[in-house]
Amino acid sequence: MDMVKVKINGIDVEVPKGSTILEAARYLGIEIPTLCYMKEINEIGACRICVVEVKGAKSLVTACVYPVAEGMEINTNSKKVQDARRMTLELILSTHNRSCLSCVRSGTCELQRLCQEFGVENESRFDGEKCDVTTDDSAIHMVRDNTKCILCRRCVAACAEQKVAVIGVNDRGFDTHIGCTFDVALNEVPCVSCGQCIVNCPTGALTEKDDTDKVTAALNDPSKHVIVQTAPSIRVTLGECFDMPIGSNVTGKMVAALRRLGFDKVFDTDFAADLTIMEEAAEFIDRVKNGGKLPIITSCSPGWIKYCEYYYPEMLENLSSCKSPQQMFGAITKTWYAKKMGIDPKDIFVVGIMPCTAKKFEVARDDESASGYPDVDVALTTRELGRMISRAHINFKALPDEAFDNPLGDSTGAGTIFGATGGVMEAALRTAAEWLEEKPLDNVDFKEVRGTDTIKEAVYKVAGMDVKVAVTSGLKGAHELMERVKNGETFHFIEVMGCPGGCVNGGGQPIQSATTRSFVDLKAKRAAALYEADADMPLRKSHENPAIKMVYEEFLDKPGSHTAHHVLHTSYVDRSKDVIR
Amino acid sequence: MKKRKSTLPFAGTKEQEAQLMTVIDEHRGDPGALMPVMQKAQDIYGYLPMEVQSMIAKGLGTSIEKVYGVATFYSQFALTPKGRYTISVCLGTACYVKGAQKLVDAITKSLGIGPDECTEDGLFSLEACRCIGACGLAPVMTINDEVYGRLTEKDIDGILAKYKA
Repeated sequence: MDMVKVKINGIDVEVPKGSTILEAARYLGIEIPTLCYMKEINEIGACRICVVEVKGAKSLVTACVYPVAEGMEINTNSKKVQDARRMTLELILSTHNRSCLSCVRSGTCELQRLCQEFGVENESRFDGEKCDVTTDDSAIHMVRDNTKCILCRRCVAACAEQKVAVIGVNDRGFDTHIGCTFDVALNEVPCVSCGQCIVNCPTGALTEKDDTDKVTAALNDPSKHVIVQTAPSIRVTLGECFDMPIGSNVTGKMVAALRRLGFDKVFDTDFAADLTIMEEAAEFIDRVKNGGKLPIITSCSPGWIKYCEYYYPEMLENLSSCKSPQQMFGAITKTWYAKKMGIDPKDIFVVGIMPCTAKKFEVARDDESASGYPDVDVALTTRELGRMISRAHINFKALPDEAFDNPLGDSTGAGTIFGATGGVMEAALRTAAEWLEEKPLDNVDFKEVRGTDTIKEAVYKVAGMDVKVAVTSGLKGAHELMERVKNGETFHFIEVMGCPGGCVNGGGQPIQSATTRSFVDLKAKRAAALYEADADMPLRKSHENPAIKMVYEEFLDKPGSHTAHHVLHTSYVDRSKDVIR
Repeated sequence: MKKRKSTLPFAGTKEQEAQLMTVIDEHRGDPGALMPVMQKAQDIYGYLPMEVQSMIAKGLGTSIEKVYGVATFYSQFALTPKGRYTISVCLGTACYVKGAQKLVDAITKSLGIGPDECTEDGLFSLEACRCIGACGLAPVMTINDEVYGRLTEKDIDGILAKYKA
């Protein structure tokens, strides 16, 4: 690799040619603040927070896009630099809705943090013309408040990276604002509700629709039996809401917190993930043996499902008809469990704690009410749960470790790894391979489908057959893979997760700054905690889950049965026509 | 100022669509194809309504939001149709001090359309333009290629009547 010598803040360093000043400084452990910058996705040098002084240059340069050159002398921290950054912040604040006290992002707002760091003393030093675009709360999962938008364009980049691209920059000058085409509402364009725009927003401009009040009301309603389920990934991300390190597994504390919030039962979506595998593996085997539609494509990710309905309606037949684990959980709770416990399903209130904003859309879908009542009543994001815990003044870090309730809290390692890209595929293979070969697997680790690559492919020999599988996460990967399938490439089984890296990086997860997202492999760190948990589990194959066996014995009979179809499967709709695009 | 959007129904013809498709085919795959295609689309349709932007987005494999973002950034792109007669009132410095704004107001009162709007019958559209170099005749307006100078708001109805006939 060609190297160049540069001097940063008086320290000599050799860095690869072509590095930006921002990257070069990181070799020395010097962090240059950024705001609009997202590595590889939004390198536009627009916000000017990262400006630095380069000896001989006429003006300050933006470190995020300025390449280093041999002999360059850089000062990242001179008075001129600090003054410029402070002025930039004051100018951003001049058009910003500074209602920080009531802002949901107070404490995690990147603008707020920079203002503190750079000593902005008067947030009203300048008063600019305000954007008159009204709040868009048309979508079921999120709210956009343009008065808090700083036009960093990170959401636009995230949306484009998802191959959705329904938001962009409209008009110019003081009128510049983020919006949809022709300024129609978000629910009139093919937004898939993935929430990647939200987790990439530095301020409170983009937020999930907060449903915590609905849950609090249910918890305070004595007629309601309130059941909570936690998605696989929540246990390795919730700790971040309480300043714990990325990748901390907080399963026990999470359960303890939920119990203290007053939920009648604390169950685990991992159980339903195991149930999903029973149905999906059976569906896969059935399609292979009986000439059904292949490749079968997983249906756990509601963002992906909505994307498929909008952009690939011709692939809807390929989707597994399995409901997602969240919905299967609700369905089995309000049917089998309700009957077993003698509770009327109308009195059961099921809350899902999800890594996902699209889950808010999913709970409202048609054909998701096995008991005659919605399978799930409210889906909260990890962030909303964090908020409920804080509001209840629970000292999360000091909580003891507690265990899930039975029986819907029983799970296997297979269910746990659903939270990472490749997890559903691996879990399904563990069960399908064992069923097809009719003997126990020697090795349950299907490592080829792990990792954060956008597309992973493998061929497994199962019962004499070459099973070609592909796994993708992020809708850009889904787009690429669907095009390949349409062009005739053969796969038997495809897993798609809507968010890059899978649920661990879902749109409902705790927000990390763009600096962290750019330079820490968030997806891998969170996923590693899930794979570690899987390895430690006594049972690692879904079909060995004793609670699953019980549900089939008492209620469902066998995977794919008539009852299973009624309770655990759903249908999809072609949404390609009813939107503006 | 935010761009005005048309509220009139789209009335594109098959011929116009065929022309646009030819333009798109010529530019498909070119980096930076969007702006030239949008310019030609505006030549064909006179403006860039949602239906046209959608065709451009699909044709070039980009998003309609991206097309709209460009359309609202550059003043050369219009989101409202032109009438058979385009009334252009000069709001350059000389015309402005001689009362051009009163002409705009009078036209708005007479036709019920503001700047960048088109009458429902498609006859007139109104726009404000910058100096057309006829300051000696200020205040000036043009209707298509006809120039009218030294106007007062009292002249407006009479002039418009000629075109309504």
